[in-house]
Amino acid sequence: MSSLGSIDRLAAGMAAGEFTAVELAREALDRIATLDGRLNSFVTLTPERALAQAEAVDNARTRGETLGPLAGIPMALKDNLCTRGILTTCSSRALKNHVPPYDATAWCRLEAAGAVLLGKTNLDEFAMGSSTENSAFFPTGNPWDPGRVPGGSSGGSAAAVASGEVVYALGSDTGGSIRQPAALTGVVGLKPTYGRVSRYGLVAFASSLDQVGPLARTVADCARVLQVIAGHDPLDSTSLPAAVPDYVPSLTGDVRGLKIGVPTEYFGMGVDPEVASLVRAGIEVLAGLGAEVAECSLPTTAHALAAYYVLAPAEASSNLARYDGVSYGHRATGGRDLEELYTRSRQEGLGAEVKRRIMLGTYVLSRGYYDAYYLKAQRVRALVSADFEQALGRFDLLASPTSPEVAFARGERAGDLLRMYMADACTIPVNLAGLPAISVPCGFSRGLPVGLQLIGRQLAEATLLRAAHAYEAATPQWRRVPPLAAGQERGWET
Amino acid sequence: MGDVKYDVAIGLEIHVELATRTKLFCGCPSRFGAPPNTLVCPICLGLPGSLPVLNRRAVELGILAALALGAEVAAESVFARKNYFYPDLPKGYQISQYERPLATGGELSWEGPGGPRTARIRRVHLEEDAGKSLHGEDAARSGSAAGYSLLDFNRCGVPLIEIVTEPDLTSPEDARAFLETLRQLLAYTDVSDVKLEEGSLRCDANVSLRPAGAAQPGVPVEIKNVNSFRFVQRALAYEIERQAARLAAGHPVARETRQYREATGSTESLRSKEQAHDYRYFPDPDLVPVAVDPEWIESLRRSLPELPEARRARYRSQYGLTAQEAALVTASLPLAGFFEATVAGGADPREAANWLVGELARLLNAHAADPSALKIGPGHLVELLGLLAAGVLSRPLAKEVFEESFLSGRRPADIVQARGLSQTTDEAELARQVEAVLAAHTGPAGDYRAGKERALGFLVGQVMRATGGRANPGTVNRLLRDRLGREG
Repeated sequence: MSSLGSIDRLAAGMAAGEFTAVELAREALDRIATLDGRLNSFVTLTPERALAQAEAVDNARTRGETLGPLAGIPMALKDNLCTRGILTTCSSRALKNHVPPYDATAWCRLEAAGAVLLGKTNLDEFAMGSSTENSAFFPTGNPWDPGRVPGGSSGGSAAAVASGEVVYALGSDTGGSIRQPAALTGVVGLKPTYGRVSRYGLVAFASSLDQVGPLARTVADCARVLQVIAGHDPLDSTSLPAAVPDYVPSLTGDVRGLKIGVPTEYFGMGVDPEVASLVRAGIEVLAGLGAEVAECSLPTTAHALAAYYVLAPAEASSNLARYDGVSYGHRATGGRDLEELYTRSRQEGLGAEVKRRIMLGTYVLSRGYYDAYYLKAQRVRALVSADFEQALGRFDLLASPTSPEVAFARGERAGDLLRMYMADACTIPVNLAGLPAISVPCGFSRGLPVGLQLIGRQLAEATLLRAAHAYEAATPQWRRVPPLAAGQERGWET
Repeated sequence: MGDVKYDVAIGLEIHVELATRTKLFCGCPSRFGAPPNTLVCPICLGLPGSLPVLNRRAVELGILAALALGAEVAAESVFARKNYFYPDLPKGYQISQYERPLATGGELSWEGPGGPRTARIRRVHLEEDAGKSLHGEDAARSGSAAGYSLLDFNRCGVPLIEIVTEPDLTSPEDARAFLETLRQLLAYTDVSDVKLEEGSLRCDANVSLRPAGAAQPGVPVEIKNVNSFRFVQRALAYEIERQAARLAAGHPVARETRQYREATGSTESLRSKEQAHDYRYFPDPDLVPVAVDPEWIESLRRSLPELPEARRARYRSQYGLTAQEAALVTASLPLAGFFEATVAGGADPREAANWLVGELARLLNAHAADPSALKIGPGHLVELLGLLAAGVLSRPLAKEVFEESFLSGRRPADIVQARGLSQTTDEAELARQVEAVLAAHTGPAGDYRAGKERALGFLVGQVMRATGGRANPGTVNRLLRDRLGREG
């Protein structure tokens, strides 16, 4: 037994009576106890609840009941997904004590599938950031080097999966927040098509860009989790009513004839040469498996980042207005009037990066600036989408680096905002277009993981998963155990 | 006010609560009067992570209102966020419509004192209501500690339409008449229960003055949230006088938002143009555009009842009612329905109309009765008018029977029979009564003989009284004339 196994292995092990869900949960909790002092993946741990859920799974199995597809598998949720009765902080002082009275739809579906929740993972406050350093509580370490960042904003989920604290975790991706930390920690991260997974209960950052998705150590695990969380939700008006295909059978290993475009622009934007060459080598592997690879161009790519930093803050400035200290969340004491209650509650409750984006967003929506910024950025967004539409008319997939660089040292980018924002240059355009994309490990540079990003057509997650899975199967050398987990490799599935 | 005359231009923004069962974006009941904060959920409370889902019925009611106003319903309208901070607005924004409203254009007409009046409609859009704040004494009365305000989120998310007129209204009376007509229309179409006392119809007014005949429009001043039609009229009257006085004294009118104070009947400045909010409207990314296909619109159009204006015109031409009778009998859909059913039952239209706007209205008022739960029906009135026409009942007796039907729901014929009310047709009996009356009132009898026609009425009345109203006045008349030897 080991919490380091894959979902199907662990499910088979439990079914065969090799170990119980309770034993599996205990092992994962032990691993967290050992590792999390150095990683700080978790904001909140839920051991009692986890063991109770695991016991329920074991009991159900004893009674001969049909179990859900994720029954007994230990997992974690990014702490911006609402959990009834469990703290949901968004790593913000504003919500430090916030306990939601309802569950996010994605979590509801996982729970119904038998998931065992170990806890809620750290993030950049309200998912704004690329390093998890913007958490109001503490930064999270990268399992490959705890002095380095795990990426962000789903850095806690990525670190927890990479270190084997959990089998999989959910993250959210607004501009790369699942894929970039997956790349920097050497795991698989999938951002589904906008609307594929319900946003109900995901605390909003930028509503037109946010999407919930899985991080796991294998492509197949991502497919199994997506299978459960995907699908229309009447509680989310932007969720797509499309049927959900069977993802696992699409993992055939066969990519022959698949047309893969390589957008030249994605290798220019400050991409580290070593990262670029590892990604290109990865694409060669796919070509070797029979995919047809050709260069292509997405000319508006250069403007995507700027458009994103108008649109995302604009939506955020409105989405975060509710943290006013009136009905819930942090309320400053001693304010003399309403104005002071607002000002001080928000001053104290929100961090620097969040405030920066709220101010930026407020500015671009203001009278006299709306057309020049917000509307113009919307037009850029339409152009970016058109670029993708054209390219994906010719190609089944596009391939690029996920992150321009490997994990950087904590604090290294604190003074260099632009460079920090550039960390998402390869992932942001995908959110603007609402397309699905996946990051898979494609090698190591200076001992740190590098990710290959595959971008698909709308709702073509099955194709993405098929290509990523074929690549993963062809490159077992990239599946390594992070040094931090060394000595615990037993059961690590390679 | 000096000698200068001013042209007044008034535009109204009317917020109407829609008569849906549930709120605009969640399943909470959209009900008035529940204990505070009992009709709430994560969505209408704007809790982190919650999302809005549009109530289809609210869109339908909005479309019905737009169609009734002759507005053009947009094939696609878009919800936008109106961003501002206030404690009873839990999301920090109100979901409304801005650049692309549900409907545009349209007009509303009514019968003014000087003839028909029309005001153009600029737009009709959907939005959610905010919660309710209780401050100061109001909060203290509800049990709040000193210095605290209270919040009730029950109203939060209740569906509204905002109807915006062009500045076509020219006086406070005009504005009030418009509002009364609008209220009638909204009640007819079941778009709203239009209960003013529950705040289901609220109004902001813009008013500007310019010297009579001047081309340059005046500076508009907005008066916020006036809660009754009477107050709208008063606030406008005050504001027009205030502005006229300023202009006459050579002072400019400031573009600003003012608030009506019920206690003093005056308006006072709330915020200047410079302090005006920048609501930073932008399309709400949590909602998809509202697509309305032509079939949907047509099926809703077909479901509309005949509207008051058309009905008034038809009653005049088809039934020969006067403008006033037509207006009175179409005041509400149930009343108009009562009228039509009575006429369909064979009653004379004008007679039916007069009973409805006279007796029925009087009884509803006197008994503070609910017009939607009447015990008396068109069948009763048809029967009663039949008894009247057949001479079985006198008019005063008919009114008594009508009242009894109104109160008990019994058929007029049954009442007549049970109480033995039918008119005396026994002429010998009536002749005896005539003799008795003439013996007791020799003066008036002599007056009549001497040519005073009016004296006859007195004598008829005395006979009626002596018979307990059961005498047929026509018969009595004839008998008296015969007896007194003058032909009528």
